[in-house]
Amino acid sequence: MPILTLITFVPLAGAILIAFLPRGSVGLVRAVALGTALVTFVLSLFLLVGFLPGRPGFQFLEEVDWIPAFGIQYKLGVDGLSVALVVLTTTLTWISILASFGPIKDRVKEYMISFLILEVGMIGVFVALDLFLFYIFFEVVLVPMYLIIGIWGGANRIYATIKFVIYTLVGSLLMLVGILATAFAFQAATGSWNGAFDYEQLRGFGFDGTLQLFAFGAFFLAFAIKVPMFPFHTWLPDAHVEAPTAGSVILAGILLKLGGYGFIRFAVPLFADAAQTWAPLIIVLSLIAIIYGAIVALVQPDLKKLVAYSSVSHMGFVTLGVFAFQEQALQGAILQMINHGLITGALFLLVGVIYERTHDRTIAKYGGLSERTPVYAVAFGFFIFASAGLPGLSGFVGEFLTLVGTFAVNPWAAVVATFVMIAAAAYLLWMFQRVFFGEVSEFLKGIGHHLEDLRPVETLTLVPLGALVVVFGLVPGLLLTLVQGTVTAMIGDATAGNAINLAFWR
Amino acid sequence: MLELVPLIPALPIAGFAITALIGRRLGKRASVIPVLAVIAAWAISMAVVYAVLTHQEPFGEAGATIALWQWIPAGAFHVDIAFHVDALTAALLIVVTTIGMLVHIYSIGYMSHDPGYWRFFAYLNLFMFSMLLLVLADNFLVVFVAWELVGLCSYLLIGFWYRRRSAALAAKKAFIVNRVGDVGFALGIMLIWSQLGTLNIGEVIERIGELDSVVVSLIALLIFAGAVGKSAQFPLHVWLPDAMEGPTPVSALIHAATMVNAGVYLVARTGAIFAHAPEVMVVVVAVGIFTAILAASIAFTQTDIKRVLAYSTLSQLGYMFAALGVGAYTAAIFHLMTHGFFKGLLFLGSGSVIHAVHEEQDMRRMGGLAKKIPITYATMAIGAIAISGIPPLAGFFSKDEILAESFKNGFLWVWAIGLLVAGMTAFYMFRLIGLTFWGGFRGPREIWDRVHESPAVMTIPLILLAIPSLFIGLAIGFPPENGLLHGWLEPIFHEARELLHLEHHEYQVFGIDGALLVASVAIAVIGIVIALRLFGVEFPGLRGQARPEAVQRLSARLPFPYRASLNKWWFDELYDLLFIRIGGRIAAFLWWFDRVVVDGTVNGVGVLTTDAGRGLRRVQTGRVQNYALGIAIGLIVMAGSYLVIAGR
Repeated sequence: MPILTLITFVPLAGAILIAFLPRGSVGLVRAVALGTALVTFVLSLFLLVGFLPGRPGFQFLEEVDWIPAFGIQYKLGVDGLSVALVVLTTTLTWISILASFGPIKDRVKEYMISFLILEVGMIGVFVALDLFLFYIFFEVVLVPMYLIIGIWGGANRIYATIKFVIYTLVGSLLMLVGILATAFAFQAATGSWNGAFDYEQLRGFGFDGTLQLFAFGAFFLAFAIKVPMFPFHTWLPDAHVEAPTAGSVILAGILLKLGGYGFIRFAVPLFADAAQTWAPLIIVLSLIAIIYGAIVALVQPDLKKLVAYSSVSHMGFVTLGVFAFQEQALQGAILQMINHGLITGALFLLVGVIYERTHDRTIAKYGGLSERTPVYAVAFGFFIFASAGLPGLSGFVGEFLTLVGTFAVNPWAAVVATFVMIAAAAYLLWMFQRVFFGEVSEFLKGIGHHLEDLRPVETLTLVPLGALVVVFGLVPGLLLTLVQGTVTAMIGDATAGNAINLAFWR
Repeated sequence: MLELVPLIPALPIAGFAITALIGRRLGKRASVIPVLAVIAAWAISMAVVYAVLTHQEPFGEAGATIALWQWIPAGAFHVDIAFHVDALTAALLIVVTTIGMLVHIYSIGYMSHDPGYWRFFAYLNLFMFSMLLLVLADNFLVVFVAWELVGLCSYLLIGFWYRRRSAALAAKKAFIVNRVGDVGFALGIMLIWSQLGTLNIGEVIERIGELDSVVVSLIALLIFAGAVGKSAQFPLHVWLPDAMEGPTPVSALIHAATMVNAGVYLVARTGAIFAHAPEVMVVVVAVGIFTAILAASIAFTQTDIKRVLAYSTLSQLGYMFAALGVGAYTAAIFHLMTHGFFKGLLFLGSGSVIHAVHEEQDMRRMGGLAKKIPITYATMAIGAIAISGIPPLAGFFSKDEILAESFKNGFLWVWAIGLLVAGMTAFYMFRLIGLTFWGGFRGPREIWDRVHESPAVMTIPLILLAIPSLFIGLAIGFPPENGLLHGWLEPIFHEARELLHLEHHEYQVFGIDGALLVASVAIAVIGIVIALRLFGVEFPGLRGQARPEAVQRLSARLPFPYRASLNKWWFDELYDLLFIRIGGRIAAFLWWFDRVVVDGTVNGVGVLTTDAGRGLRRVQTGRVQNYALGIAIGLIVMAGSYLVIAGR
């Protein structure tokens, strides 16, 4: 059974089904969308169970020729990292769809179709092993997200969504150039198009140094914009502020991970020499992102912007861990990707909960909220501390492994990054204090009786994320054994590379 | 017996989980499960402690380890959840579980009218779990986990009355200031692993000698940074006084008797690492003794009864660090234990006082309470005598030992400052007793009429804490430097002391030791007498009037020291300027930079592109000739550049 194809395209089938449903039957549309997402989720669990972590290489391979003239294939396969990210995607998708039931009342049909197509793109990115196919999925993701922000977003949604799309598009088009350049180089060297887009063929092919430098640069820009790394991050706060809640959850939870995944899967293994060459610069940018994101988060007046800048800081750990080229650091980076998806996803859900009731996210207007909504306060506090890297919860393990691994190869980088522990506690706890503690604010008194505590549906969206945060905090081995193969392979590829002498610039 | 050890932290965490889930529905019965869990943990601890201290199997002299599960299996980096129990752990278990249990019982009465009753007990249980994990863990990273968890509990409990802005601010301050020290501790852990490839405390200590001395010094300094944060030593001492915003049982348990000792415990536990870095030990001494005198000087003028005790805690913790720095490890742990009991007693007593005068904490509106609340008065007086260092009460033995060892190990300046601080301690403690219990009541009349002794559930813990405050010094610390405690801890600190070439010598009653002892007692008596002269006394057979006008004259004659003490040497103002104002400016500037420079560039590029598009529109003339020309030029440029590149 071609399980990967099934997982990837079940959401598409659901989207097509919804397209034929009558516009008026909102309940049915929601049920089909949620049902599709849940079926996809269950299928991905089968994938997780069926995957054998001990074996090297890719599993569940599917290979069909697509454009034989250029050796382009429909090739799917997974390793531990892909499996983890696929399951993260399917989990967050059903949670997001469930969380959209309340807030999205307008054009529900189109919204659900967009969401399911978005899921196709995201899963496709993680399972594609053909570079051309990967590129297609990478771009597929853009369209529904463009619509989700542009149609169901806030007041300034058009500016935000166009910025998001153009910014990402610039990166991905450059990546397309990079993909084509490597394919041409492969064809030139082997005399055949066979395998020119095949990841397993290209990996370890050993491209020429100059080509590597430029191709890596193109890939780097595409992924750095996605992550987003400093200084390519400014689309993120705008997009988050305007996106509807579920859009923010997916944006932070999965879309940012496309960048980290791209680095680990493609940019580093294909162009190891160039990766070694650029690594010092990328580490510096990561450190800036970590510290700078945290400091800027400190002064954000808007809840969502604060979480967005905290994402910049947290994702800095991912790029730092990847480009340290050290086992523990990479393990930490991968854990950080998963944990950031769970924790920041939950934080955006939580911000959405209160926004739906008050239609305001300005921190200064709040105060004493725990008086009115105690359960909500506990849930918020839990994820705040998870985000601050409290040991015992999952965020800590990822961050600490990244730091300890980085320390082993580059102590100064680790020293700088560790200081974010203070800033993270500061921006999170300050925000928490201003929103939840103290006397009930005038603004909240004005809302009065509309202020309802967590509803059962909202609790249902948060509990799975909270449970995973605890489980991965106490037994991180579950994830670590899953991704061990990916880690060993990438470290092997990266350390085989030699930094290219950049003397020719002069 | 070893199999029972995991139960010690497991019981309170189970209590926490149950109370957190169903406590809200239990009302006043919510305290039953948490209190029983802690009593059971105490009983098991005592059995374990007895087995450890009598060297029963499997503990023997070196202690024993029980592994639970592998927490982080990341290739070469692996961390197990495992507990190690030896005599040092046992000493801490005695303090943590005994005081923890008594504070739980006391809280049944103290918190009985609070709407957050169940929440309070849930937090207390979570704290007990975290603190027990801290003393039982055999791995630096697990210690760090517990380290952060006690910080979380501290945050939750300081901010327990979160509606009060000052409480919310104090909670946040405590957590963030602690994080500053934690950065050091975390970096220390990274350095250890990168050098030795293990984080098991026993293995690290065994192999620390392999490392370069600069690296060892760095490790010791970084660990000490963590200790400075958690134990509130200068310059990170600013969070502890504010932490008094929490309910008083919390101040007693967390901010006096247990959590703040974590730093002392950590430095003692890694004593062998510090012994390899003698210059870092001097830093430890200096920070400790400086904090001791700084805090004592502030305690002179504070009027909030809990704040006086908080500064006193800082000062006594400073003593412990000074002891660790001069190599008097056993004395440090000894003082940790005695201080835990008498300071726990003093805080719980102050809670009883605050309850009696209807939530008043300002001593200027107290006075004469001895007649109305005799049990609280008697027990607090015992605590005050104990901390002042009057023999044969607990504090005398431990404090004298620290001073004597400083002197004999060649740290004369430490001894001299320590002696001065001892006198200051005696003074401010009897100032507190005098202002609170003696003389006439200075608060509103209607409150005086309603002042009453606390219920038995609160006074019995006071009495139970007064007993060790009276006798524990004599019981485990006598004869000096040869008591039971010294026998228990000697094997633990043997290696460190050997590295420092500290010989154990005979105690000379009629020699140097006797002389030092007389000096210690004399300075304590002087401190007390001055306090009694200024703030009055009402002991049986000893009566004296308070002289507020003399106090005022004295303050006026020493304006600068008085203002400095009253304003806590302006540390809060300095940090506010550095971190809140200047730091805030930097953050605001960076955000401006982000919007205007970084994002401005992005938008600028966007605008440029649209403008360029508008300009380039003219190129699209629709005439084929023009396009052909363009193609031709393009081809020539491409061919040319190919020739140039290929020709190189």
